[in-house]
Amino acid sequence: MSGDISPPLALLAELTHRCPLRCPYCSNPLELERAGAELDQASWQRVLSEAAALGVLQVHFSGGEPLVRRDLASLVRHAGSVGLYSNLITSGVLLDRARLAELVEAGLEHVQLSFQDAESAGADRVAGLAGAHDKKLSVAALVREAGLPLTVNAVMHRQNLERLPEMIDLALRLGAGRLEVAHVQYYGWALANRRALLPTEAQLERATAIVAEARLRLKGVLTIDYVVPDYYARRPKACMGGWGRQFLNISPAGKVLPCHAAESLPGFEFPSVRSTSLAEIWYRSDAFSRFRGTDWMPEPCHSCDKREIDWGGCRCQAFALTGDAARTDPACALAPDRALLDRLREADAAAPAGDFVYRQIGGAPAAASGPILAPSP
Amino acid sequence: MNGAPQRLLVTGSSRLRFAPHVKFRHDETRGRWVVLAPERLLLPDDQAVEILKLVDGALSVDAVIDDLARRFEAPRELIAGDVVAMLQDLADKGVLAP
Repeated sequence: MSGDISPPLALLAELTHRCPLRCPYCSNPLELERAGAELDQASWQRVLSEAAALGVLQVHFSGGEPLVRRDLASLVRHAGSVGLYSNLITSGVLLDRARLAELVEAGLEHVQLSFQDAESAGADRVAGLAGAHDKKLSVAALVREAGLPLTVNAVMHRQNLERLPEMIDLALRLGAGRLEVAHVQYYGWALANRRALLPTEAQLERATAIVAEARLRLKGVLTIDYVVPDYYARRPKACMGGWGRQFLNISPAGKVLPCHAAESLPGFEFPSVRSTSLAEIWYRSDAFSRFRGTDWMPEPCHSCDKREIDWGGCRCQAFALTGDAARTDPACALAPDRALLDRLREADAAAPAGDFVYRQIGGAPAAASGPILAPSP
Repeated sequence: MNGAPQRLLVTGSSRLRFAPHVKFRHDETRGRWVVLAPERLLLPDDQAVEILKLVDGALSVDAVIDDLARRFEAPRELIAGDVVAMLQDLADKGVLAP
């Protein structure tokens, strides 16, 4: 251990950016990696060993769609052999009985399956893939038959929030132990699709009340995780539990990031597992030190009594909205830019939804010419 | 499917075990016990660790309380409430199963 920096708890392993779905709120960066840039199996196995030695306890295999990688089971097996707890974050559409059996045998502990809506027409339209929803329903049944715990990840927004009660029923019917009611957060692809996705205040209030009622009714049966979208929050969320405090994210090409969106930040040289050890990166790299702890914080954060609760919120959001990654997250009610965010939100929520810009490799929308909010002086 | 799932209510006669795919193990890096569960990672304090070490699917909750009261020379009624509350919380989180 090094100074007062704690070892990381979890690794988000983004094995690939390839994915058969085209969700317009994808959390991957706008500039997606092509297959040829991906780390190979031996490199991932070495990285998993390094992560375990560093103190990582859980690995989340993610993407893109991690099942695109034919070597996924061998990576799950390797993770288990070095003591890591394996979670698969998947769209499910490439999963079948044989592939699942291979993963179970390799030691997979849990599956998080995404759903785009509670009914197939809306779900397939958001996923940009006909038949995706029905396939997911059958995959959820396979996961439970295999004895694996299931989390349903329900990404919610303006165009499906009305069906939140049906989504909760669906999670119950599928035998999920957990449901993540994940409001879209607005970075990357979702930021480009803000007007198509941002719910109205009335929609959000109804959703929050539905979740509160369901949590009481389903206590001990279905755990519901719920995070209000930043644009409607009073305080920013502790993004990744704080910069460089709990999580490592490794991109398909091997870049090590404090969060999955960090490559959107300018002025960073994110180190690669191809040339640097994870321990060196975690404890000594500029990238992980830059916004770690509270010393970097501007006011009103630096003297705020919540500074070690939210750890300053989200740096990628601060940059996307204000052009300055070190500025107070505009999601905070105390931020100097909050009034601008409120005006943006009200305008977006009142605007017609418009068409989706679907996620695709090489299809990034033209970058905004500058920050979305004009920062106050 | 096998009917609607029910909440597990912890009583003195419950015999609890860790749910499938939940791991309670000692972490050498941190020198402490950890609970690894789906999308959840718990770092139980010393008192909780002593309770969880007795969760084996065989001992009843009453027997767990008796054992703790004896070893830590604490009044049984004082710790019984704490033990049941902690186990109920973990059952509600899906960490423990009947």
